[in-house]
Amino acid sequence: MNLLNPILIFAAAFLAVFGEAALPGLHHLFGVQVDLLPVLMVYAALNANLVTVASLAIFSGLGFDALSANPLGVTILPLFFVGFVIFLQRDLILRELSFAQIVLGTVASAVVPVLTVLLLLTGGKSPLLGWGSLWQWLVMTAGGAVATPMVFALFNWLNRAFGYQPRTETSFRPDREILRGRH
Amino acid sequence: MLKQKNYLTLGVVTLVAVLLFSLPPRVTGRLKLAMGSLFLPLLGLASTAQQLPVAAADAVLTRRELLRQVENFHRENDQLKVLALQADATARENEQLRTLVGWQRQVPWKLKLANVVLRDPANWWRTVEIDLGTRDGLVDNLPVLTADGLVGRVSSVGYTRSQVVLLGDPNCKASALVENAAHDTGVISASGPLDNSLVELTYLSGSANLKPGQGVITSGLGGIFPKGIPIGQVVDSRSVEFGLYTEARVKLNANLGALERVWVLLP
Repeated sequence: MNLLNPILIFAAAFLAVFGEAALPGLHHLFGVQVDLLPVLMVYAALNANLVTVASLAIFSGLGFDALSANPLGVTILPLFFVGFVIFLQRDLILRELSFAQIVLGTVASAVVPVLTVLLLLTGGKSPLLGWGSLWQWLVMTAGGAVATPMVFALFNWLNRAFGYQPRTETSFRPDREILRGRH
Repeated sequence: MLKQKNYLTLGVVTLVAVLLFSLPPRVTGRLKLAMGSLFLPLLGLASTAQQLPVAAADAVLTRRELLRQVENFHRENDQLKVLALQADATARENEQLRTLVGWQRQVPWKLKLANVVLRDPANWWRTVEIDLGTRDGLVDNLPVLTADGLVGRVSSVGYTRSQVVLLGDPNCKASALVENAAHDTGVISASGPLDNSLVELTYLSGSANLKPGQGVITSGLGGIFPKGIPIGQVVDSRSVEFGLYTEARVKLNANLGALERVWVLLP
């Protein structure tokens, strides 16, 4: 079993959560912090097994909620929902195409915050919402769309750099060699 | 078989989420702190990385520039010393008058400086994390301020870190007083999610006479924020519920978007 991909995914999720809390650059520019966890969930759902998808949802959801004022665990279900749906349909998705990656990143980045806010409202919490939330949602969606092909490219590069390359089979077979001359 | 495995995983994740939801707040608070402590090594790295440009800038500053800055600091220090003398005299006079009238003695503020280390990654909350915790004597609901004005209050405390809920978050409400002739009081509450420099001042009386530019300070009601901490200035006001009460927008004195160091007001 190749553990490199799950390790890279978890490391990226860890850094993404920390980066969102520690680097407020985008927040200063647009008034919004773009969430990279849905993007990572898209990548994991298309390139890893379901256990990795579920573990990523739990681990990154807990990390995100630990650094925010969210109730603990509220981000797990939206992330897993997105990952689960994509995982079930992944045989039908042309994952190598940038267009497919952008569409999936857009949908995931749009769905996760909406589901999270719905869960918060269902749980009796009162998050900061208003007309400005629409702008925040649009920027988060667009940010996710832009980030998805970049994340895929980064993971492909990391896998090529650190993973074992598949051994290419030679077409030469000694038992089928045509021996010329006298024998 | 594959479907069964899929739905089993779905069930397990749902169960984990439901279990976490149903845990008592004390336990989830501890779990949050435990999860948050996983990021501690990165916090150290981040602060070092943030200091690198400052150190680089310091290294290239000329001697002339440094001397000029030192001269400015000396001048500023002298001015502040004179102001402190005046403030001491005023405080002594105030204390004497309080004793004469029989009012309660005013206890001087005990402040502790904290660095803002993290911001809330979720866009629907307005909180920050500071690098002080129970080991520094922090408890829940302590006021947090900057030299410009009120910032928020401590909402949860860990051993080395604490979460501060900022003004403008739905979970941070403060009783406020407008510095006008009538001393109208209201409640500072959440505003829109985008502009963190504006908050709403609600539940003002219908007859409140507010003008743009009037100062807003904490009223001391509510038991969390002591009286007199500057909050901001009135931007505009409007009558709501057919004149039943008035609401105003207040521009905060403290720049919540660029918080680096804050003061925690200890009891």
